[in-house]
Amino acid sequence: MTAATPIPAPRSPRAGTSRRTTRGNAELYGWIFMRVSGVVLVVLIFGHLFTNLIAGQGIKAVDFGFVAGKWASPLWQVWDLLMLWLAMIHGSNGVRTIINDYAERDHTRLVLKVVLVAAFVITVVLGTLVIFTFDPCPAGSPTDLLPSFCSA
Amino acid sequence: MPTAPAGTLYRGREGMWSWVAHRVTGVLIFFFLLVHVLDTSLVRISPETYNAVIGTYKNPVMGLGEAGLVAAIVFHAFNGIRIILVDFWAKGPKYQRVMLWIVIGLFVVTMAGFLPRHLMNVFGGE
Repeated sequence: MTAATPIPAPRSPRAGTSRRTTRGNAELYGWIFMRVSGVVLVVLIFGHLFTNLIAGQGIKAVDFGFVAGKWASPLWQVWDLLMLWLAMIHGSNGVRTIINDYAERDHTRLVLKVVLVAAFVITVVLGTLVIFTFDPCPAGSPTDLLPSFCSA
Repeated sequence: MPTAPAGTLYRGREGMWSWVAHRVTGVLIFFFLLVHVLDTSLVRISPETYNAVIGTYKNPVMGLGEAGLVAAIVFHAFNGIRIILVDFWAKGPKYQRVMLWIVIGLFVVTMAGFLPRHLMNVFGGE
């Protein structure tokens, strides 16, 4: 009898958390984020639509004075900021899923995702800057266009 | 020679169509959001600029567009809650079809509350 041919040990069964993946859990967190942010967005956006379209004079009343009046309150600043970020991440992740589903060529997917990231960054940065640097009473503007507290 | 089975098109019924509607409304809302942030950012330029651009929205065509947008948001919101229930509620998959009809019912009720108010603002006199 010659030396026994070494037989490799059978592959061990998957052991719970020691499972190795090359991609991490990013897709899982994205999936959870869509559900958590979705619930929050229902509250934020329904509140947004109610105050802007139903309460008061509705859509007719929306002008600079209306926006400035709302953003004079920290509540609406935080509300709109949170809505901007959550909606943009939720929406961009949704569009990313759709790009992955329908754009079959690698090059097409890459181009579309570059455009998506650019749209995301521009919109979020612009919106955030506007909320934080907004001046409700710009000097030299006609008083009748400004919220009433400017002349007080 | 065997003939191909008639109609090999996937017919997922309520589940499939709610998925389609969720995608379509989602994309619609996303593109509106980009425009909406841009037009709102005009407040940073001047009150006159903002009012001029928002003023061009105040006509019946845009008013109907707003109604369509709100309809898309309301469906996406209620159907999104349904998706969460399908995912996390043990009986969600069993009742997914019933829940779609509940979504449609809530959609009709919500739009019935919103549309008269909004359309009066859009089409009504001063």
